[in-house]
Amino acid sequence: MILRPRLEDFKIIGFYLGKIILGLAFTMAIPIAAGLCFGELNPTLDFLIGIEISALLGLLLLKICYTDKDLNWMQGMIVVSLSWVVAMLLGAIPLYLSGHWRSYLDANFDAMSGFATTGLSLVQDLDHLSRTHNLWRHLIMFLGGQGIVVIALSFFVRGFSGAFKMYVGEARDEKILPNVIHTSRFIWLVSIVYLILGTLALGITGIFDGMKPVNSFFHGACVFMAAFDTGGFAPQSQNILYYHSSVYEAITVIIMLLGALNFKLHYHLWTGNRKEIFRNIETVTLFITIIATFSIVAAGLAQIGSYPQSGILFRKGFYQLISGHTGTGFQTVYPQQFITDWSHLALAGVVGAMALGGAICSTTGAVKMLRIGIICKAFKEDLKRIIMPERAIIIEKFHHIREVFLEDKMVRSALMITLAYIILYGIGALIGMFYGYPFLNALFESTSAAANVGLSCGITNIAMPNALKITYIVQMWAGRLEFMSVFTIIGFFVASLKGK
Amino acid sequence: MKTGFGIIYLVVFLAVLASAQGIFAQNISSKELIDRASQYDGKLVVYSGEAVGEVMPRQEFAWINVHDGSNALGIWLSRALAQEINFTGSFQSRGDFLEVTGIFHRACPEHGGDLDIHAQGIRMLRKGEVFQYKINLDKRNLTLVLLGILSIWTLTLLKRK
Repeated sequence: MILRPRLEDFKIIGFYLGKIILGLAFTMAIPIAAGLCFGELNPTLDFLIGIEISALLGLLLLKICYTDKDLNWMQGMIVVSLSWVVAMLLGAIPLYLSGHWRSYLDANFDAMSGFATTGLSLVQDLDHLSRTHNLWRHLIMFLGGQGIVVIALSFFVRGFSGAFKMYVGEARDEKILPNVIHTSRFIWLVSIVYLILGTLALGITGIFDGMKPVNSFFHGACVFMAAFDTGGFAPQSQNILYYHSSVYEAITVIIMLLGALNFKLHYHLWTGNRKEIFRNIETVTLFITIIATFSIVAAGLAQIGSYPQSGILFRKGFYQLISGHTGTGFQTVYPQQFITDWSHLALAGVVGAMALGGAICSTTGAVKMLRIGIICKAFKEDLKRIIMPERAIIIEKFHHIREVFLEDKMVRSALMITLAYIILYGIGALIGMFYGYPFLNALFESTSAAANVGLSCGITNIAMPNALKITYIVQMWAGRLEFMSVFTIIGFFVASLKGK
Repeated sequence: MKTGFGIIYLVVFLAVLASAQGIFAQNISSKELIDRASQYDGKLVVYSGEAVGEVMPRQEFAWINVHDGSNALGIWLSRALAQEINFTGSFQSRGDFLEVTGIFHRACPEHGGDLDIHAQGIRMLRKGEVFQYKINLDKRNLTLVLLGILSIWTLTLLKRK
């Protein structure tokens, strides 16, 4: 028998949602400060309207739903999934007010793309967008990459046991430190230290490449946020191609790879355990899959002579591959070139890389390396079972911070999530094909959305059907949250209708 | 009569010469150049659009990106040519609208495989300008109304406490 949710459930969900909305409202103070510094008055007003609406909604929820009770698992999961939807709706307000998005739906598309660190965009005339709005586009990637709930846990929530439930609901299965709030703060510490270093590196490179200092550091900060959080937005319409710089590309490759690593691994590297990077199942799997998928891409590019010089083939192929594999979505080719200049084999290599993703507890999306590693280990174990005598005891281990024995429930969980991602990629591709796009193009764009990558072969544009825009929004949301909290909210909705 | 034939002959001769040299004298859009990059690769093309971002000097050359409404393409040009550009498109200004004549590369061997145009000449079609923004009164009023509601509510809550 399905139990209908009680009024108390709604109140608890509403109360904690209100807290998270207030946290989100505070983040809009950053573009307001930037807008005032840059003297951009109308854009500043857009964010003042955004912050006021968010604050009013947050306060309203706190008032109506006031409770002193803690969250249970179901409520925690629902708060997380709703937080992302509400963040999209509120984060889109200043974008829409700028007039650079054709409709509120388009602004929502970009807001979800930003928060979910995807990078697909429907912005118009990006090259004339204000710095204030551009900063917000990149800031939401930085916030979403760390996790909207992580922000609330880090700065706005005093210790309560429901914190861990929300933390897990946001697709972060690992605690780095014993306390989840300390873990959240550590994630922010890592991100801010890298933000300073990355902005300096990109800013200085930009100056050497002929950019003016203020612009160079502004671009540096924006590009860093998009790269480390494996987002993929860029301040100019040409994305990374705008800079025409091999050094800029090399730095962004390093930042993308850093963003694709597990925060727990960062913690161990920071505390001096440097050997971990060579032993960890995730980094080893990442290394192998990069080589495997790049081999496919290189073979595909060589097959039709896309780039006659090997150096150029490497630079173009490797950059798009790393961008896809880490789930970033930076491009140094035009979207149409994937179709006109790249072979099907090369595209298949990129789709494969996008579908795999980076490490768990990182800012990337997709299936992720730990699960791929576990599935491979399970295959190996089963192969051994066939080859070895029946009485032989077969034990498979892997190294992930410590030695871990492979258990059936781990394999089951990894396979379940992998299957869910494959279904999600497939559904998006089918809907794309329904609207007349060829199979490979539809699969490419769908995988890019669901795996939170952001590479585009040209399907994502303002003229695409609204239903496809909504499909990609749902894919970005479900892909970022890794299904559990999305399934919970669907269950909650069904229980509200059919429960007794 | 003879003069007329002479002119026709000259025009036909120049047209044949131009096509043999691979000159596409008509303006070509960025979409056309990207979609049919192989066809235009290594050919002299004419492309127009707004200079966006900023001029990025690189020793005796410079990069500028020119947007034609669909895409922006990278233009590699000499510093001397770049100095003719006064405005580049951004939030503050509309960039100079340029007509660029140059060699198109699908995957430029000199620039890491980028799709670009090496300019031989640029012509200013329209000068750019600085935008004069006025404060949007609707937005200002809405901001004040929302601020009023928020302030009254917060004060009421504080009073009750």
